[in-house]
Amino acid sequence: MTTAQQIADAVRAGERSASEVLEEHLAVIDEREGDVHAFNLVMRDEARAAAVAVDAGDRTGALAGVPVALKDNLCTRGIPTTCSSRILEGWRPPYDATVVARLAAAGAVFVGKTNLDEFAMGSSTENSAFGPTRNPHDLDRVPGGSSGGSAAAVAAGFAPLALGSDTGGSIRQPAALCGVVGLKPTYGLVSRYGLVAFASSLDQIGPFAATVADAALLLEVIAGHDPLDSTSLDRPLPPLVSGLGDGVEGLRVGVLTELVHAEGIAPDVRRRVEAAAEALADAGAKVDEASVPAASFGLSAYYLIAPAEASSNLARYDGVRYGLRVDAENTAEMNAATRTAGFGPEVKRRIMLGTYALSAGYYDAYYGKAQQVRTLIIRDFAAAYDSFDVLLCPTSPTTAFRLGDKTADPMSMYLNDVCTIPSNLAGDPAISVPFGAGDDGLPVGVQLLGPALSEGTLLRTAAVLEGALR
Amino acid sequence: MSLDDWQLVVGLEVHAELATNTKIFCGCANSFGDEPNTNVCPVCLGLPGSLPVLNRSAVEFAARLGMALECTVQPSVFHRKNYFYPDMPKDYQVSQYDLPINADGTLELPDGSVVGIERAHLEEDTGKTTHMGGGGRIHDAAYSLVDYNRAGVPLVEIVSRPDIRTPEQAQAYATELRAILAATGVSDAKMEEGSMRVDANVSMHKPGEPYGTRCEIKNLNSVRSLGRAIRYEMERQVQLLESGERIVQETRHWDEDAGRTRPGRSKEQAEDYRYFQEPDLVPVAPDDEWLASIRAAMPMLPAARRTRLAAQTGGDVDVALVVERGLDDLVLEAIAAGGDPGRLLVHASNNLSAGAGELSARPFAELSKLEATGALTATQAKTVLAELVTAGGDPAAIAATRGFEAMGDDALAAAVDAAIAADPEAWEKFKAGDRKVTGFFVGLVMKTTKGKADGKAVTALLDARAQS
Repeated sequence: MTTAQQIADAVRAGERSASEVLEEHLAVIDEREGDVHAFNLVMRDEARAAAVAVDAGDRTGALAGVPVALKDNLCTRGIPTTCSSRILEGWRPPYDATVVARLAAAGAVFVGKTNLDEFAMGSSTENSAFGPTRNPHDLDRVPGGSSGGSAAAVAAGFAPLALGSDTGGSIRQPAALCGVVGLKPTYGLVSRYGLVAFASSLDQIGPFAATVADAALLLEVIAGHDPLDSTSLDRPLPPLVSGLGDGVEGLRVGVLTELVHAEGIAPDVRRRVEAAAEALADAGAKVDEASVPAASFGLSAYYLIAPAEASSNLARYDGVRYGLRVDAENTAEMNAATRTAGFGPEVKRRIMLGTYALSAGYYDAYYGKAQQVRTLIIRDFAAAYDSFDVLLCPTSPTTAFRLGDKTADPMSMYLNDVCTIPSNLAGDPAISVPFGAGDDGLPVGVQLLGPALSEGTLLRTAAVLEGALR
Repeated sequence: MSLDDWQLVVGLEVHAELATNTKIFCGCANSFGDEPNTNVCPVCLGLPGSLPVLNRSAVEFAARLGMALECTVQPSVFHRKNYFYPDMPKDYQVSQYDLPINADGTLELPDGSVVGIERAHLEEDTGKTTHMGGGGRIHDAAYSLVDYNRAGVPLVEIVSRPDIRTPEQAQAYATELRAILAATGVSDAKMEEGSMRVDANVSMHKPGEPYGTRCEIKNLNSVRSLGRAIRYEMERQVQLLESGERIVQETRHWDEDAGRTRPGRSKEQAEDYRYFQEPDLVPVAPDDEWLASIRAAMPMLPAARRTRLAAQTGGDVDVALVVERGLDDLVLEAIAAGGDPGRLLVHASNNLSAGAGELSARPFAELSKLEATGALTATQAKTVLAELVTAGGDPAAIAATRGFEAMGDDALAAAVDAAIAADPEAWEKFKAGDRKVTGFFVGLVMKTTKGKADGKAVTALLDARAQS
């Protein structure tokens, strides 16, 4: 397998052409995409034109000639952006997301738009209006979600890099289930401009890659202040790639009790977390038990805050300006008919839940209370980071489950995010890195959490785990 | 029914569009009357993935207004007000809720009464819907067109306390607020273009009893409509109350042609706006230094300008109008240049509109002097003034070009005597004290002198002749 770093180095050195690299990846897509269904759209023509342009240009970009897959909730100028929803079918954004523009400027070649749970709401990519994505390791299993298409694209070798978005675990959980690296950055590190919003205070764009170094490379390109996003941090990020080999000697690692022993964590997953703790200790880290008591309430708070914001963010899909319109007698009925036909059941469930949580008379008991829990989670994490540099826990409670296993019971699906949600509520970064296999032979990811802007520490810790497996 | 037994209580909500160059959350032009849907972008169209970025000028304008209204200008937070409407691109309005930028102010009216200001907060405007076919009414329209040029235009919503007690006071409040908005440059405050919109909360109660149930009157397109609508609503509510019925809390629309309000949405049908803090924006915390610089640059407010002008001109009802039109600086400069205060004030209140075109202080002063010395009649001066407004120039030269030579006293006396001789019957009436025929003689003299005579001088001569 060729890494993104190797491709970029070869293209910059003139040893390989971007077009040659692209054709290799398109060949893999031709071979396996029919089974995996990672993409809503393979951008063959656009990608070929972009590769030709890279080859004809100065080839100096950090990602010169590197194929990248984009989650289909990132706006791409003139290219359909569906969020895997009927309601946006046919809509072509008149602008590029900031991350898309930054990648293009770095010489990346976009191979396609990847499948997701509709509007990023789900943990299996089964909530897509265009059919599920399958796990490249076992086609009967889900790839996780909501960024299942991006995770599967990297795992299947369709592209060495992909972008996803993570609101409650939507990068890390599919990364774990597909055996790739996935990172959710600090809130505000990567611009959200052009990311179709699910829950604005939680959404972050982040990288998928087959290796820790490639994830660092991609994050360096997309991170940084954007005047178009008011929540974007105006602080320089220390270089990530150059510190990757610095090791974990003396690093204080806390094994996060509440999440390691949370309800539903499978024994084989827990054993891999314990093995990761040992590997880090072997590498010189000081490993101890850590506690973040309020993390246990993360799931409950999340399923009020995220739907509340979603109910507002998704109001604009009303049939008036773009996307689907189902005509009716008057405007209100047209709005209702359009939304009834355009949204899938999970999206409707969350809009109703969020509308309820914000309603007069219920706000204090639900949304207000959830915000208080969020404050407690932030406080408890901050306290833990007084004693630890990094926290360790599972990413997903289990390895990849079978398609259809959890679609009948939303609550069992929601429980997939129990370990990933707390970082979103805290606004802190977290990474999932593959660390061996479960009893079923499928990949297991372990998760490393850190305080705001600790991406460098998380990446070099993940690099140690990656090295320990070899 | 007797209105005398009842006390009116009014609170006003005024929306004013800020006169910023660009919209509140994007770089699109804030411009009235352009081709529909030309000042739009992903942000003000609410396209998926777009995000708002607060316009610093909008904050500055709002703070300036807050200072002019003696408000506490404070750190503030934006909220989302959620409801579905086709001319609102995101189906929520970004507004301020429990933490507005301006709170607890006052507005002193020309009569000395003071109306409390509860808050003056920032928010975004919506687009504008035009219903096509079916006479422009929503219910029988064939289809509707939406212009999003106005979507995202910055607004301040100024909410008064329920301190207003008469329709005239409500009109004075709206007029004074409009003058402040214009004087501070915060808004052009044109009610006819919708850049200032007034809603009135109206209720009636008996003195000493709790306030009555209020109705919110919308669609008030002028200060005159505001007064008419409140008067109508007073009678409607008192009629209901005296016949033992209850007032339903509702929104009512003023119908200017019919001269009545009509029911709109009642409280039972009222929307639940599901306010929550806007996660795409960060709290606004203007630093003290910036606020101090805004305060330092605050122009003189209308009340102070009225006092200043009255002091120079001897005080007159016209002073308020002159200040409202922003002509007080011109008048004061012309007085300083030796102009005649009385003549200047008459022109500024009767013969000039806001802006005054090419007219500058020195020629304006010269014109008033020519008039005061009798070299030009009032009618001639008005003609010269019109030319000064359109093209500028020297008043004496313009008068000469037009042949406006001063009429000699002898010629004027001859013209008056000729007029008296022309109608002895009328002259007898005049001598007997019937002043109704004055106009007849003045008109006659004007006709024979082709307007060169000064009306006041003619009247004086007539009086002199009658007494001799």
